[in-house]
Amino acid sequence: GFLIPYLIMLIAEGMPLLYLELAVGQRMRQGSIGAWKIISPYLCGVGVASVVVSFFLSMYYNVINAWAFWYLFHSFQDPLPWATCPLNSNRTGYEEECEKTSSTQYFWYRQTLNISPSLEASGSVQWEQALCLTLAWLVVYLCILRGTASTGKVVYVTASLPYCVLLIYLIRGLTLHGAVNGLVYMFTPKLEQLSNPKTWISAATQIFFSLGLGFGSLIAFASYNEPSNNCQRHAIIVSLINSTTSIFASIVTFSIYGFKATFNYESCINKVILLLLNAFDLEEGSLTADNLNEMKDYLMATYPQEYAQLAPQIKNCSLEAELDTAVQGTGLAFIVYSEAIKNMEVPQLYSVLYFFMLLMLGIGSMLGNTAAILTPLTDSKVITSRFPKEVISGVVCFMNCIIGLIFTMEAGNYWFDIFNDYAATLSLLLIVLVETIAVCYIYGIRRFEKDLYTMIGRKPNLYWKIMWAFVSPLLIISLFIFYLTDYILTGTLQYQAWDATQGQLVTKDYPGYALAVIGLLVAASTMCIPLGALMTFIRKRLKRE
Amino acid sequence: MMIFVLTICRISNVLLCNVTDRVSFWFVVTDSSKNVTTVPGSEVEAAIRMNRNRINSAFLLSDKTLQFLKITSTLSPPVEPSTPVWLIVFGVVLCLIVAGIVFLIFSGIQKKNKESTETENLEEKVEVTLENGIPCEALDLKPGHINGVFAADDERFTSL
Repeated sequence: GFLIPYLIMLIAEGMPLLYLELAVGQRMRQGSIGAWKIISPYLCGVGVASVVVSFFLSMYYNVINAWAFWYLFHSFQDPLPWATCPLNSNRTGYEEECEKTSSTQYFWYRQTLNISPSLEASGSVQWEQALCLTLAWLVVYLCILRGTASTGKVVYVTASLPYCVLLIYLIRGLTLHGAVNGLVYMFTPKLEQLSNPKTWISAATQIFFSLGLGFGSLIAFASYNEPSNNCQRHAIIVSLINSTTSIFASIVTFSIYGFKATFNYESCINKVILLLLNAFDLEEGSLTADNLNEMKDYLMATYPQEYAQLAPQIKNCSLEAELDTAVQGTGLAFIVYSEAIKNMEVPQLYSVLYFFMLLMLGIGSMLGNTAAILTPLTDSKVITSRFPKEVISGVVCFMNCIIGLIFTMEAGNYWFDIFNDYAATLSLLLIVLVETIAVCYIYGIRRFEKDLYTMIGRKPNLYWKIMWAFVSPLLIISLFIFYLTDYILTGTLQYQAWDATQGQLVTKDYPGYALAVIGLLVAASTMCIPLGALMTFIRKRLKRE
Repeated sequence: MMIFVLTICRISNVLLCNVTDRVSFWFVVTDSSKNVTTVPGSEVEAAIRMNRNRINSAFLLSDKTLQFLKITSTLSPPVEPSTPVWLIVFGVVLCLIVAGIVFLIFSGIQKKNKESTETENLEEKVEVTLENGIPCEALDLKPGHINGVFAADDERFTSL
């Protein structure tokens, strides 16, 4: 169902903007801050905003790698630790919290995160998570130590390994029982979802994130290209490969979701059958999945009182509901996959493969991010003359690691969600909007055409020009309007907190200081653009006088 | 001092009732030595708890498939090694990464030292003779330039 907005956003936003950023970087031959200064001195804020967004992203993104390490290290056990619940103190049954929810959710919320009931209860730093976070930052430091040259070689590994793992998972996933349900769910468009603007916004942010638009890393990498590099062809090829990979990955994901949903649905039905058999002392085998509904009606009619007593325990099992619990937040990626993996044969192998792949992808993204931060720092002569490259990278990694310890506290996952939802989304949209408008209207689309002609020997055809000048800016502005109206309509922002007593997520309001942090995050990156313009304006005024 | 009273129970001492389709039933155990009184429930419970495994294997069932109401089975805890496995794997990976970082840093420093000593050595070996402030080697090495103005003028003079 997500496919249609995704493909439309790709053609309308992804490819044109990718081409734009690559061309800008290749032409200006500088990182994002310098490149935008050349286009117009008032736009130096755009580059700074990109760096600020990348900085926020690198602060919280490595925590995902830390979790991937945690799960990876725990995959070397038999049975997997999230396959069964731990026992309670007098060994008569399972832990209470684990009983109410599933063992995989318990492993995630209690044993990995040790999550607190709300944002206010901060709790202490979890030393196991802190260790994994330190390890993740050490790995990133190892890869960026020698600069972009070494990063290029590492990316060969981090980009190609996931494909192998995805292929293995594709074969395994498609042969699982119930995978077809997931695939059918993926390919059927849902009209209510299409009319909801949130789907379009998440499709757009997904494209931005996966292509890396607006972070400044594309401009930084493209500035190392030769001027005669054919960036138009590269832009098309990269975006096509990117989207085919995403579709390939979602086929694998949805076949595994289908397996998990079918498994849960069948075990839910089995539990209901067992409950009814025990309560009414029926013969074994008289209740099956097929005749369950008729038998339920029959029992309700014949034994109304006992049935009414049992009614709260009888759940309505629905395959649709299981499939709908699919995607919401990073935690679910861990919960859903670990739940699917524990039911396969040889789960240790699949678990190791999956979390290793997740690690490769995460480290690849981190490398791009840190490159986006380090390129402006190493470009400026002031800092490079005093400290060698290794020290600068080391200081950046160390600072990010210390700040990242916030996310390893008991309430850390709530702060992580704040950063995940608000640090990048709005700012990225604004940055990309300003970029398109700057190149098309301030720099001038004819001048840009001439530059492209001198570089690659070909002028961009009408499709690109229309996309850059009209369609992309309009789309982004409409996304903005949707976002703001959505926020105004719902009032205060809310988050999902884990309630240990009930064993599920509950919605709570953000406290005042959390709202302030959200505002600060969004403002810090978006205000850079007007502030930069203002400062250049003041400097010019002072020079004239 | 504990007194054990041995009573002989036979199959005829176990009375069943309320047998249902579900293969579930209630049973009581009578004590033949005392006059047709039933053995108290707590004693039966204790006996079943002790001999649970034997009862299960007699029926070829397990704790999950044969349930005694009000007698909860003690679950066996999972085997836990003394050091958690994940710490071992973590330690291995950590050592590898730190070794890699140290190696890269030291090779970087060594390269820099080599380069700086090489340039120093080159400068020391060459003794420069100066003429008018310009080293002789520079003068010798530069190829001569033909000045186009004077070369063109030569043609104006008649050849001898």
